[in-house]
Amino acid sequence: MGVYFKIFKQLDYFNLDAEFSIDNELLVIEGSSGAGKTTILNCIAGIRVPDEGRISIGERIVFDRAGKINVPAEKRNIGYLFQNYALFPNMSARDNVFYGLKNKKEYRDKSKRKELADYADYMMETLGISHLSDKRPGNISGGEKQRVALARAMVTKPSLLLLDEPFSALDAATKEKIYEEFSEFKRILKIPTILITHNHRESELFADKHITLKEGRILS
Amino acid sequence: MFEPVILSLKVAAIATVIAFFLGVFFAYLLTKKDIPGKNIWETVLILPLILPPSIVGYLLLKVFGKRGPIGAFLLDTFGIQVVFTWIACVIAASVVALPLMYQNAKGAFQSVDETYEMAAKTLGSSPFKVFQTITIPLSAPGIISGIVLTFARALGEFGATLMLAGNIPGKTQTIPTSIYYAVVTGKDEQATTLVFIMVLFSFTLVFGLNTWLKKKNYKGS
Repeated sequence: MGVYFKIFKQLDYFNLDAEFSIDNELLVIEGSSGAGKTTILNCIAGIRVPDEGRISIGERIVFDRAGKINVPAEKRNIGYLFQNYALFPNMSARDNVFYGLKNKKEYRDKSKRKELADYADYMMETLGISHLSDKRPGNISGGEKQRVALARAMVTKPSLLLLDEPFSALDAATKEKIYEEFSEFKRILKIPTILITHNHRESELFADKHITLKEGRILS
Repeated sequence: MFEPVILSLKVAAIATVIAFFLGVFFAYLLTKKDIPGKNIWETVLILPLILPPSIVGYLLLKVFGKRGPIGAFLLDTFGIQVVFTWIACVIAASVVALPLMYQNAKGAFQSVDETYEMAAKTLGSSPFKVFQTITIPLSAPGIISGIVLTFARALGEFGATLMLAGNIPGKTQTIPTSIYYAVVTGKDEQATTLVFIMVLFSFTLVFGLNTWLKKKNYKGS
């Protein structure tokens, strides 16, 4: 299952004009701040609407200007890790992880609920955050927040995972540890993943495929 | 003596409920949605806060009076007369207090980081569920402040109430109009008691709110 992306969007200082496709692999989009990287992720997630283009995830077209298709964000089944993690401060870490799960139709079916909850618990255990269950985001470290956000994005079994500068908010020492953990985690990821960064080293470490973005255009 | 207190509490409570729903609705609409004429809507909503209450009262009298567009309609269709009834007290208090609810709700909605709402959407929440589970809980302190201030403002409403509802003892006489009447007629003891009740009530409300707000302080995500 792959992802196809071709969009045009007029931004304040330049036009975003990009086309790429990926299979079940990790694509790194590298570029300096303001190059249009986050806009790409937001267009894929359905948070922003492109002016032109087409986006498909597997067989499913989620956006097609010509065909007047624009699937709303809540129905795209995409896991999105935001740059600031966007963990809900009014909920515990466990409630954050379970938030998306509770929106699933299957979760309302009692027979399937346990299976889904077990998977979420397994994900929390795999990411080493089970002990943080009752803590609020304001009371955990940056690295822990990142793992809670990753678990939250993954438990709904998304068709595509978007990672917006996932390591940029971490201090240098934590970053090295998380890099190592993420390399392990990447092995169990079996879905198309797009990671954006302005750090070339992250591209070297994780990319199966790589593109560089400058002022809305793909350079390589 | 206690009739004005009971009427004032009843009027303030109903006016707060009305102002709450209208204030939250318009605040959400004007901060989260793209609607035409945003600035005009906003100015109209704030106007009762800026205009002298007597002007608000006069305008309400023109609208809800027997010959006013809404007043005539209510009288002819349902036989309901608004002016000089407790309903007029509620209308006056709601209109004068609405800007406080609107302003607080608007500030509260604007203070919620949009990425929380975006994250909730990508996790499968409908716009209503995002509002219910993220926007409202995260803006609760601002909204509660709005409710308390709206209630306090509605409780203290004088000018517009006097214009629209008059000052009929046992019918439309609220605490503020009763104090005025007591002073004018030389009933100092009654005025002092009512002033004491009003000050004590307002102090308790604001003190309670401040204490709660200090406890309710979410740290960053």
